[in-house]
Amino acid sequence: MEASDLALQYLLSGITKGSIYAVVAIGFNLIYSATGVLNFAQGEFVMLGGMIAVALGHFVPVPVAVAVAVVTVAIIGCLLELVVFRRLRTHSILHLVIITIGLSILIQEAALHVWDEKVRSLPYFSGSEITSLKILGAAISPQVLWVLGTVAVSVVALHVFLKFSLQGRAMRACSSNPQAAMLAGINIGNMRTLSFGLSAALGALGGCVISPMTMTHYEMGGPLAIKGFAGAILGGLGNPMAAVAGGLLVGVLEAASVSILPAAYNDVTAFVVILLVLFVRPHGLFGKPAGESVREH
Amino acid sequence: MTRLRPIVPFAAFVALAIAVQCGTRLTGSEFRLTQLTMSLYYALVVLGLCLLMGYAGQVSLGHGAFFAAGGYTTAVLTTHDFSRHPGGPWGDWLQQAHVFVSHPDLYGNTVLTVAPWAAFIAAMLVTLVLASIIGYPALRLRGHYLAMATLGFGLIVSKMLLGSTTTGAADGINGVPEWRLPFGLVVSGKSPVRVQNYYLACCLVLLALVLLQNLVRSRVGRALLAVREREVAANALGINTAAYKLKVFVLSALLAAVAGVFFTHYTGGIGPSEAGALKSIRYVALAAAGGMANLWGVTGTSLILNYLSLRGAFGSYDNAVFGAILIMIISLAPDGPLKPLGARLARLVPGRPREKAGALPGTADCRERSGSDGAA
Repeated sequence: MEASDLALQYLLSGITKGSIYAVVAIGFNLIYSATGVLNFAQGEFVMLGGMIAVALGHFVPVPVAVAVAVVTVAIIGCLLELVVFRRLRTHSILHLVIITIGLSILIQEAALHVWDEKVRSLPYFSGSEITSLKILGAAISPQVLWVLGTVAVSVVALHVFLKFSLQGRAMRACSSNPQAAMLAGINIGNMRTLSFGLSAALGALGGCVISPMTMTHYEMGGPLAIKGFAGAILGGLGNPMAAVAGGLLVGVLEAASVSILPAAYNDVTAFVVILLVLFVRPHGLFGKPAGESVREH
Repeated sequence: MTRLRPIVPFAAFVALAIAVQCGTRLTGSEFRLTQLTMSLYYALVVLGLCLLMGYAGQVSLGHGAFFAAGGYTTAVLTTHDFSRHPGGPWGDWLQQAHVFVSHPDLYGNTVLTVAPWAAFIAAMLVTLVLASIIGYPALRLRGHYLAMATLGFGLIVSKMLLGSTTTGAADGINGVPEWRLPFGLVVSGKSPVRVQNYYLACCLVLLALVLLQNLVRSRVGRALLAVREREVAANALGINTAAYKLKVFVLSALLAAVAGVFFTHYTGGIGPSEAGALKSIRYVALAAAGGMANLWGVTGTSLILNYLSLRGAFGSYDNAVFGAILIMIISLAPDGPLKPLGARLARLVPGRPREKAGALPGTADCRERSGSDGAA
């Protein structure tokens, strides 16, 4: 294989991984915009989506299993907001972030006891492990196209939803100025619940499409949350589309590192680059520095 | 009587420490002291974080890395055989200064390793440099961005430890020798010295508490509180916020490294999981559960929770129970579980009414002093 083909191959594998990070990063962003909290249980949504779809896949066709999994996880996401975060509105952000970490530990342990520590996966959506397509000299699995397609469609759909629908506009109003939004008659609490539901649904969908390639495992949520967080921060918090760019970048960095350094160091390269970017641009690549006032608010 | 007031909690700590040791002696369960000693060392890390998070308002998700930086530096220096690279002309001098010590190893060969005290100094220097390198640029970051930077730093350190053979990759380093201190004290996990090691760890924690207590009640402490509350305002008041933030960051990193060094000598080894994100997050969670800006609450909570989980009290549900306890404490008592308890106790004791929560003891005289300074 020529060097350029190899580079393309790495780029594609980076984008595939990065698209899942992007999904998680969008989830971080949606909830952050609505509540100011970083939800570290975001990775668990991906894990739960995959797990539930795999479990259902034994009884029903895969598309049905995926649909049911996404809806179930969305409901779980809404419930988390209703049961936990709605009651703790007076707590500081840091406390809430730590509660999400606690929740992520609990969900992970629950998954370990409901299922087990075995690695499982959905069947390939089309073809099998050994089918591959040749694109510009790089060999890729058809599942990669499924992943990229699904993520692209959901990102565009989300963008359209936020930009043009009434609910989407209401959500954006909440994130830019909650008090004004409340005065305009928007139910802020429900918008927060919706943001949790949307993030959970997106994560679960990502977990389903990636499952045939990277397998689903009860411990997969933690590392995904960290990478997604990295993507969201790299892009700059508060902008879902910047999060997509950030997530993809993290994936590509990781893949690029594997081609140069031993595989053990792939995270090292990614995080060194992220740190350097943060030191130069403290609010991420596309984030704007927020002004700070001296007065009490 | 009022002058003795600040000493009361410290005296209570000492009394409790002695009572616990007597209790284990009486019930013949001195083995419990081993895990207690380990959780005392972990409490040191959490205390450092308490200063950083509670008083200065900065988050660090990378303190496990500083613990490991201290521990691994000591472990590498005290186990690596330097006899093949004795350091040229410096070698003899270093040996004369007892920096290098030669002793027979397991197979009867003579090996040349760094003495524990020198390794301790080296560990402090390494941590100082690391914390400054990461702390200096990280000062520009706020909130979630700072959390990401420190988390990333911790991950980098843990992956490097995992990927390098010098640090034993996934196995970590074993066979770290004991550390002989003056007055016949030995830092080691052997059972004959279990009790003295327990007291040694107690003393370290007590020392840290005294230092931190004095620090947060001093001018520096009030400056830190100002930084926490509103950085721009603190800057406007003439507080050099950047310098304070960096110093506090380095100080808390050094505390973690001290804990790491002692822990490594005590357990005779260290593994890469000590630097992992899970550990770092656990420290932060413990500091938050202890009430953040509450030195005694943080010490108590982290001692109890770490001890229970080291003893394996929750069996295979350890993580789940830890997560559940965390959620319970933070949602029900965000100021730490000891604060409501303390308030209730204070109500039982008649006499002088306590200062209102949140009010700083001695704020008034501080203002007076600065006023007179201005007049002069």
